[in-house]
Amino acid sequence: MPQTITIDGVTRIEGHAKITIQLDDAGKVYDAQFHVTQFRGFEKFVQGRPLTEMPGIMARICGICPVSHLMAAAKACDDILAVQIPPTAEKLRRIMNLAQMIQSHALSFFHLSSPDLLFGMDGDPKQRNIFGLIRDHPDFARDGIMLRKFGQDIIAKLGGKKIHPAWVVPGGVNAPLTEEVQDSILKEVPAAIERIDRALDYFHQIEGRYPAEEDAFANFPTLFAGLVTADGLLEHYHGPLKFVDQDASLVAELSPADQRHYGSLIGEAVEKYSYLKFPYFKPRGYPDGIYRVGPLARLIVAERCGTRRADMELGAFRTRLGRSPQSSFHYHWARLIEILYGIEMIQRLLQFPDILNTHIRARARPNRLEGVGVSEAPRGTLIHHYKIDDNGLIQWANLIIATGHNNLAMNRGVRQVAERFVDGNKLQEGMLNRVEAVIRCFDPCLSCSTHALGQMPLRIELCKADGEVCDVLQRD
Amino acid sequence: MTSAVSSGESITLKIDDKDISCRSGETILAVARENNIDIPTLCFMEGLSVWGGCRLCLVEVAGSPKLQAACATVCTEGMNVVTASPRLKEYRKMIVEMLFAERNHVCSVCVSNGHCELQDMAVKLEIDHVRFPYRYPHLQVDNSHDRARMDHNRCILCTRCVRVCAEIEGAHTKDVKGRGVLAAIIHDLDQPWGESETCTSCGKCVNVCPTGALTHRGTAVGEMQKKTDFLPYLTLMRRTES
Repeated sequence: MPQTITIDGVTRIEGHAKITIQLDDAGKVYDAQFHVTQFRGFEKFVQGRPLTEMPGIMARICGICPVSHLMAAAKACDDILAVQIPPTAEKLRRIMNLAQMIQSHALSFFHLSSPDLLFGMDGDPKQRNIFGLIRDHPDFARDGIMLRKFGQDIIAKLGGKKIHPAWVVPGGVNAPLTEEVQDSILKEVPAAIERIDRALDYFHQIEGRYPAEEDAFANFPTLFAGLVTADGLLEHYHGPLKFVDQDASLVAELSPADQRHYGSLIGEAVEKYSYLKFPYFKPRGYPDGIYRVGPLARLIVAERCGTRRADMELGAFRTRLGRSPQSSFHYHWARLIEILYGIEMIQRLLQFPDILNTHIRARARPNRLEGVGVSEAPRGTLIHHYKIDDNGLIQWANLIIATGHNNLAMNRGVRQVAERFVDGNKLQEGMLNRVEAVIRCFDPCLSCSTHALGQMPLRIELCKADGEVCDVLQRD
Repeated sequence: MTSAVSSGESITLKIDDKDISCRSGETILAVARENNIDIPTLCFMEGLSVWGGCRLCLVEVAGSPKLQAACATVCTEGMNVVTASPRLKEYRKMIVEMLFAERNHVCSVCVSNGHCELQDMAVKLEIDHVRFPYRYPHLQVDNSHDRARMDHNRCILCTRCVRVCAEIEGAHTKDVKGRGVLAAIIHDLDQPWGESETCTSCGKCVNVCPTGALTHRGTAVGEMQKKTDFLPYLTLMRRTES
């Protein structure tokens, strides 16, 4: 009899999600879906608010990556004001954006995903968490925590606080960098580089241990999308948005000015089973227009990083995996490379002669009625699109969040993992963990609070077609 | 005009068991503040007429069954006033909680976050939650004025803006329409602010507003800081010159 397994309580994609796995008569998986079951409503309740409040409001979308929303919202506002922000302000925004990426990647890799890699996918769940990590691999855990602190401290030093700083405003930022802060950040850079070097060494020892997961964790050809610099290098703040295919060949490109017309390339589909929209690459239709964003996609889209150490590591990455590895398992390595790049780039930006300049804000009134802001969040490309009325009040907003871009791929990935690892009617903990682990590769904000303690509270029910529960696997 | 119109005759009274002398005609609030006794207020502002609307300055006066608004009650000989008691503290907390529940005060994304008298008052009165259900009214932002913005979501109807506009600027552009929870600040004949013919765009209303209801245009979250020092100087200078 056909059966459905429901994983209800996959905590946090900025809230709640569940996974359902449908089994056929023989107990084989024939379909699986990843449902985002909550509705945030930001696009609705910003209507009627003044434009200048948008960065502050939109930052509240997320407590892990508020800076990303600050950036995209501020860029959309800059577009509406039709201003070019002062060069120093742009550099300062870039520093904060990179700091955000470092802390978020460190959280994703060290706190959330590394227990799976260090203790094994089938490891004892009692150990396989951040506490087990601290107990058995204290130096590794410390490096992760300190890298996250490095990023968070930069955000706090620039913006006044670690979460939801109000420093990024339409037209620039609202306070200049001081020499003291500049020195204090630069002083921390060598230690941060040492930590990420150690983490990469450690990662190289363990990453080859998971061939089955490499093979089945959302391993299929898709398009990849991400920002690049004008020279085709890795970029997180501003630049052309590129779509490449599975061979890293260019499929489409939107220049910053053309990004107002992102709708020509990105469509948004809706499925009844999820509140998260399903963006797709329009020219290929839905759902064939599946594409991925985030660290792995950015490293595939970019020709190279543009900083010395990160480029060396990217060379090792490509030597081992090729120019465009398709398995989402490699998001982990890509994340570590981006941390390294972020630290190097922050150092470079802080050494620009104009970084202490006090002209950090362009002031203007709305000069357009519509604006789009595109930036790279840790999880991928983030798009904010606003329309205002003549008085500068928001009339309409559309947000395409990184997790959304990956929605099609995450769904297909969950199905692939389920097909590979779930069989029969008896549920195994390792299977449950792999279903989580493929989601974790994408780091889709699933991984916030509970998960930060090592594991999500999960309940998997195996039901008969009439709804009768024939097996339950509970993990609190 | 002001809260402390005195006729010069000396009287004595007790405030919080402290013997105090003052001149007749002075209000309890004025005398208390002269003697460093703190009584919380929101609608009161030195230099403007007394409104007595917020009720935060309620005090107990021996012999009177009712609580009295310190800003509007004149001191009398032998008066015994209590400005801080458990009952008063409870009422003050309740009043501020009701202000929060009445409209949409979302501090975290407000332009006045960190520089707001309502927020400060909540902290001072140790309010850590609101016991009343929020009303979440659907209110508009009037962004039609060239230099300022009126956000009705953040308004507590203290009428400081109405008074400063009428009494100091002399324009009387602002007033109050409606009653109770439906009351709202209006401009001229309930027009968009930007279409007002009487508004001189002086900006006094913005600076006397205790919350993020009246702000400069173009301010982002937490950026709006009010300058209220101008008012006592302005009234003093006018009195001196007249």
